[in-house]
Amino acid sequence: MLKSQHTLWKAIWALGISTMLAGIPVVGHAAWEPSKPVEFVVMAGKGGGADKAVRLMQSIIASEKMAPVPFTPVNKPGGSGAEALVHMKGKMGSNHTIMFTLNSFYTTPLRQPGLGVDIATFTPVARMAEDTFLLWVHSDRKDINNIAEFAKAAKAKGNKWIMAGTGKNSEDNLLTDFLNKAYDLNMKYVPYKGGGKVAKELAGKNADSTVNNPSEQLGFYEAGTTKALAAFTDDRLPLFPGAPTFKELGEDYVYYMQRTVVGAPGMSKEAADYYTGLFTKVFNSDKWQEYRTKKSLQGDLLTGDALMSYWKRERDVTWSC
Amino acid sequence: MLEILGLLAQGFVVVFEPQNLLLIVVGCTLGLFIGAMPGLGSVNGVAILLPLTFLVPPTGAVIFLAAIYYGAMYGGAISSIMLGIPGASTAVATTFDGRPLAKQGMADKALIGAAVASFVGGTISVVLFTFFAPPLAHVALVFGAPEEFALMMLAFATFVGLGGDDIFKTLFSIAIGLVLSAIGFDIISGEPRLVLWGITGFLHGVNFLVLAIGIYGIGEMLWTVEEHALGGGKSMLSDATVSVERTMTALKDLLRTWKSSVMGSLLGYFVGILPAAGATPGSLMAYGIAKQISNEPEKFGNGAIEGVVAPEAANNAASTGSMLPMLTLGIPGSPTTAILLGGMVIWGLEPGPLLFVDHSEFVWGLIASLYAANLVTVLINIAFIPVFIKVLKTPFTILAPIIFTLCLIGGYAPTQDMHDVWLMIVFGIVGYLMRKLDYPLAPAVLAIVLGPLAEPALRQSLIISEGSFMIFFERLYAGPIMVTALILLFLPVFKRVYDRIRKPRAPAEQ
Repeated sequence: MLKSQHTLWKAIWALGISTMLAGIPVVGHAAWEPSKPVEFVVMAGKGGGADKAVRLMQSIIASEKMAPVPFTPVNKPGGSGAEALVHMKGKMGSNHTIMFTLNSFYTTPLRQPGLGVDIATFTPVARMAEDTFLLWVHSDRKDINNIAEFAKAAKAKGNKWIMAGTGKNSEDNLLTDFLNKAYDLNMKYVPYKGGGKVAKELAGKNADSTVNNPSEQLGFYEAGTTKALAAFTDDRLPLFPGAPTFKELGEDYVYYMQRTVVGAPGMSKEAADYYTGLFTKVFNSDKWQEYRTKKSLQGDLLTGDALMSYWKRERDVTWSC
Repeated sequence: MLEILGLLAQGFVVVFEPQNLLLIVVGCTLGLFIGAMPGLGSVNGVAILLPLTFLVPPTGAVIFLAAIYYGAMYGGAISSIMLGIPGASTAVATTFDGRPLAKQGMADKALIGAAVASFVGGTISVVLFTFFAPPLAHVALVFGAPEEFALMMLAFATFVGLGGDDIFKTLFSIAIGLVLSAIGFDIISGEPRLVLWGITGFLHGVNFLVLAIGIYGIGEMLWTVEEHALGGGKSMLSDATVSVERTMTALKDLLRTWKSSVMGSLLGYFVGILPAAGATPGSLMAYGIAKQISNEPEKFGNGAIEGVVAPEAANNAASTGSMLPMLTLGIPGSPTTAILLGGMVIWGLEPGPLLFVDHSEFVWGLIASLYAANLVTVLINIAFIPVFIKVLKTPFTILAPIIFTLCLIGGYAPTQDMHDVWLMIVFGIVGYLMRKLDYPLAPAVLAIVLGPLAEPALRQSLIISEGSFMIFFERLYAGPIMVTALILLFLPVFKRVYDRIRKPRAPAEQ
């Protein structure tokens, strides 16, 4: 009896305090929660791999009621992520702005020092996955079934061989440079606006090859329009058992792309903790895990300092290239 | 053929489930009002209401969102006609003639014209969608950068004839639009360019709605204020009335514009299919061609009903068209379908070549719902016309501040940056002055819409061809489109030369 009364009192107290806290947002002890819609910047165009992932995360948060406010995706694809980075820099100290990034997060500031963006000032939230890359050609190219035949065909066409990719100096551009160097090719790199468009250019035979992520090329792969020749990963991907890795083929080359949630620079610690907790929940949700399997995504969850040191390491690797 | 009809019938079974029917009516009505709010278009409507769709099964969800999309396409015309502020980017071309019609007391005619044309456009396009989806998807697939650029040239060519007779003023206006469209990040090199005076707001470029609302919304207000103050103008924006009799006459008049609405529908549908083009370029092109084929081109811009019918038919047709690349290729044809695409991923449907096979119930339910949404929206829209007309009777002194506020919200909403609001006011003043000096404004708007589409296409083509322009003439689809564009472009020149030769002779013949 006494005990139950005690709990009742505790409940009343808790209720009273939480009502007070809700009324006075500056009180520090209550766990921080966003008080207005959160701007979820996408560092890429609509319909690409990053965009699809953001809309999925937005829906997981909304449908599982993980947050009290909506998350609204805003696409800022300009200048291989430069537009998004500058936007985030301008949101210094904001607790309601987060961004979904790719590798251009650390490569673009290196290439464009004029932007004045230092990624070490950004707030690490959570790395949700590492995306993989494969080399794709159209299925009608019956003469190309492995990398040797690819190299032969591409060599024969010289600089008339068109590799479509997403933007100059993007991940795709880097991989094209690698292929050109490793197999002594002279493929021409043509930048398009987003991975969806790139996939379509290959399917429509306006390009000869792409190095798209599985999530971008999957639809055409399943329809039998395009085929994968090789993977830029450590091990063969379960979805594409027929595509050997470049390691197997004798080239010591692997390349992944982070799919990471980043907070605005100077975000408060409470807010950073909140978003880290939120996206850990999203990461562990069934829907996200299912998406990872379906889109052949790799990489573990990384948060906080571990994520920051991962960025710095990747940046230094890029820098030394 | 029979197979398609069978699948469509199955789709209608899905649509006529009470819950889905209700979703269509609610979606269309919501869309109508969202579309009518300046700055809020179908994109915002679909984005805001996307989370609601987790409550119903995927087919119901997409039907609901498609109904909003459709309703907003209709609704966009309402504020274009009544207030002279484009309700959505897709309805900018409707402002060109819808607004003058309203000023002449014929707002009801323009509204009915827009509603009926939208219905025609929507219906023609959904029929085309039903029967020709696979071959058209193939066309969309092989349409590469050279084809895209040729199509953009065609759009520009149709507009050179737009700005009255002064070709140089038109070209000047196009050039201004192109320069504005180049501001921001260069897609190909990734470098920022034309960041005027180092203001960071220019990094995200000049949003097309900022220019359109500035020129048409604010510029139009200044114009009306001047008339009002100096000319002892009317105390309201429009003295339109509405009656059954007037509606019948308007409908009869509309019968004569069938050419424009059919042309707009076909053109809009085709442009809508092409990934990345969407309804806005489609409606602008339809306006240009309607003027070119008209017997009285001089009436355009001064209240030609064809100038309302053609773009409205086109934008609805394009909204259906842009579903095609979304469903079959997984590539959105417009910003709104990009959000629908996100929705489909969430519902666990993988858009792409296999969707028609694996989820035929979903696809045909969506197609059937487009037929239903069309009918529902046109009925709701016509039913509301008397209400809209009432709004126009509000005294100008009350309406003016409301319109001005709506303009500011419309400029702020897309980017949520005050920079754009200031820019919009500057555009309003410049637009007003340009109009005073008799510079056509529509070509500038066209250029800022098409510039960002045309430029990468041109540069990608030239990278592929190593700088040779022959790439635009050698290819199966690009060649004929480019030749047509060039002929249209030089038509006014030929006409002028022809007139010069003819004119001196004319008196001699008398």
